[in-house]
Amino acid sequence: MDKIIKIQNLHYTYPEDEIETLRGLNLEIERGSFVAVLGHNGSGKSTLAKLLNALLLPTEGKVFIDGMDSSDESLTLEIRRTVGLVFQNPDNQLVANLVEDDVAFAPENLGIPADEIRRRVDEALETVGLTDLKLHAPHLLSGGQKQRVAIAGILAMLPSCIVLDEPTAMLDPAGRKEVLASVHRLCREKDITVILITHHMSECIDADRVVVLSDGLMVADGSPSEVFSQVELLESEGLSVPETTKLLFELSNEGFELDLSALSSEACATEILEVFKAV
Amino acid sequence: MKTVLETRGLSHTYSPGTPFEKKAIDDISVRLYEGEQIAIIGHTGSGKSTFIQHLNGLLNPSSGKVLYKGEDVFGSKEKTHSLRFNVGLVFQYPEYQLFEETVFKDIAFGPSNMKLDAKEIDERVREAASFVGIDEDLFEKSPLELSGGQKRRVAIAGVIAMRPSVLILDEPTAGLDPSGRTDILNNIKLYGDRTGSTIILVTHNMDDAADFADRLLVFSKGKIINDGKSSDVFSDAEFLGSIGLDIPKPTEIATKLREGGLKLPSHIYTLQALKTEILRLKKGGAELV
Amino acid sequence: MVPSLFKNVTLGQYFPGDTVLHRLDPRAKLIFVFIFIVALFTALNWCSFALIFVLTISCILISKIKMKTLLSGMKPILIIILLTAFLNLFYTPGEPLFDFWIFHISKEGLKKSILMSGRIILLISGTLLLTYTTSPIALTDGLEYLLNPLKKIKVPIHEMSMMMSMALRFIPTLIEEMDKIISAQKARGADFDTGGLIKKAKALLPILVPLFVSAFRRADELAIAMESRCYHGGEGRTRMKQLKMKTADYIALALAFAVLMGAVVLSSFGL
Repeated sequence: MDKIIKIQNLHYTYPEDEIETLRGLNLEIERGSFVAVLGHNGSGKSTLAKLLNALLLPTEGKVFIDGMDSSDESLTLEIRRTVGLVFQNPDNQLVANLVEDDVAFAPENLGIPADEIRRRVDEALETVGLTDLKLHAPHLLSGGQKQRVAIAGILAMLPSCIVLDEPTAMLDPAGRKEVLASVHRLCREKDITVILITHHMSECIDADRVVVLSDGLMVADGSPSEVFSQVELLESEGLSVPETTKLLFELSNEGFELDLSALSSEACATEILEVFKAV
Repeated sequence: MKTVLETRGLSHTYSPGTPFEKKAIDDISVRLYEGEQIAIIGHTGSGKSTFIQHLNGLLNPSSGKVLYKGEDVFGSKEKTHSLRFNVGLVFQYPEYQLFEETVFKDIAFGPSNMKLDAKEIDERVREAASFVGIDEDLFEKSPLELSGGQKRRVAIAGVIAMRPSVLILDEPTAGLDPSGRTDILNNIKLYGDRTGSTIILVTHNMDDAADFADRLLVFSKGKIINDGKSSDVFSDAEFLGSIGLDIPKPTEIATKLREGGLKLPSHIYTLQALKTEILRLKKGGAELV
Repeated sequence: MVPSLFKNVTLGQYFPGDTVLHRLDPRAKLIFVFIFIVALFTALNWCSFALIFVLTISCILISKIKMKTLLSGMKPILIIILLTAFLNLFYTPGEPLFDFWIFHISKEGLKKSILMSGRIILLISGTLLLTYTTSPIALTDGLEYLLNPLKKIKVPIHEMSMMMSMALRFIPTLIEEMDKIISAQKARGADFDTGGLIKKAKALLPILVPLFVSAFRRADELAIAMESRCYHGGEGRTRMKQLKMKTADYIALALAFAVLMGAVVLSSFGL
């Protein structure tokens, strides 16, 4: 399957709500890609995450995970094994008293034999760089470490895809860096499809694709440069653009020819320097 | 400028004499003035939280003094207790402390502890709510019915309602989306401008600190290693990197531009300033060196 | 920063270590303590008591737990020990040993006083040793294994054990959160020290309400996180770490049993 996730005309309304949270989303995700999903609070991002692993079922439309229909309850366990979900609050995902026991939680639920679980746990902890902390108690870890344990816990299920719902929202800058480094490793080294839901522009810069949600619909979809150069759209969505893009945008409004897709500081500086070279 | 808070040789050690002993702040002497807008930055564990909790009397020093308007705040229990009303502290994720049945009552908690009469409390609650942008039609609702952003505003209002002359906020924008962040910071700045209160913002976010404050206190390993104008600190990329802090993006871009030969002035750390300088140089026909 | 309430609790605390006692299977230890308690109550005379006393002292020495720690763990029940000793000393009828004013101490009284209070001391020492050398989670695991047969009569052993283990995981987290809430409310002038009983109880609302609200929210998020990690109850669950009884465990059990037998035998010789 080329497309690991296929979303067709997805609608979702929460039982206690009157208005739809998702209003007809169509989206296909390539296997092995790194997709960033942006959107203001209430745009439906978290709802989408839960629909991707059958925690919620569509009120209309379909979600296919690796060919499996999410509304088929006999496939729920397999779907949840295929698409792992990492949440925002580092504490409220860790259930066990030792790091390695928590990472073992998912494979234990799946009835995997003990020595296979051990192997997977060790490997998962290795991937996120926490082998030394495997016998620690969760409450003694930093936020970034806790999130990495959560990621390891998902890895131990051998998923094809990991969805991370604002994993760095509650972390300090150091923690954010640690988690993003792990996330990048997942994609580059483990060939896992990564869907990162976030507010932080800086986290999206290295994504293969950026999708912007607004009020339950997709309003932008493309490469990071393509999406970020739509400065006015993003700002009207209450999202901030990367500083580099903003600078280039404002300078271009003053009449300079600038490529708004230069996202990194180097690229941005290079663009601006060109202006001074051209006489 | 009048001094509102001063610390002299302030130190605090947690769990002294146990295996968990930790000196969180070490011999800090600093003066904070009325009406200032200050940002405190520093890596996690640098002592920022410990420091601010001494400023409102929540923590007792292991050694050293804290003076509020010239008086020793730990001189008597009454002084320490009443300090909380003059130095308001808003903790991180303050929405988790809401407990009253209605928004109004929760905001009124602080003023009621000050033993004020009902009329005075009412006035203060309304004033505080308007500062943070909480509409009066939310007053009778339960705080639990509000959105995350609204809850946070209610929590901040609860502290502002005490009319403290110093307002300290620990990461007030944590976990908020970009528009939420901008709103809260604008509200705080406006509050400071209107009331003349001293505002202290503790943050990890370099861009917030850069936009907000004139004066910057940089904490590292329990000490204040830099106390000065924001422009001086933020434009020194090397220094920031050496203490484990992020560099504001504009500073980073400016550094790259200088490396490429553009003679930008040194203290640039905001996007607006950078843009202005680039335009100025271009219009002036500057060339690369 | 843990509130001072919880700082000096040694009762029931776990002291990690690498002694023989620490390494025993928790099931073996639980059964051992059970047999030990039975033995304690069958011991009626000096000899049987001496046997159990020697066993207890040896265990204390092997565990490398300091006497000071053990004694401070007994502080809460000091009153009971003294009361038992006192009552048995002065109110046991029998061959008079000592007569002074209104105090009559008999030979039987002296014996009973020492043995009864000694029994309490040994009982507490035994249970303290168990909790000092076995982590709460090991105890929970041990109990789950031992009570497993009850699943057949529909007792929800897995669920109870899951709840116990998660409660243990979250105790430090909840304490930390309570600490933060207390600080935040104090910063708004909340006063937890002054006032009569009713006033103090009311003053707890600003702490308890947010704590409960937060606990429910936590539980909700945890449940979602667990479900998305394929949790579906105890059916079909495997365990990465399985408790295995080793030679040392069987020896310990045999020893406990031997002491029990010894106590019974010695008691019937009436010394």
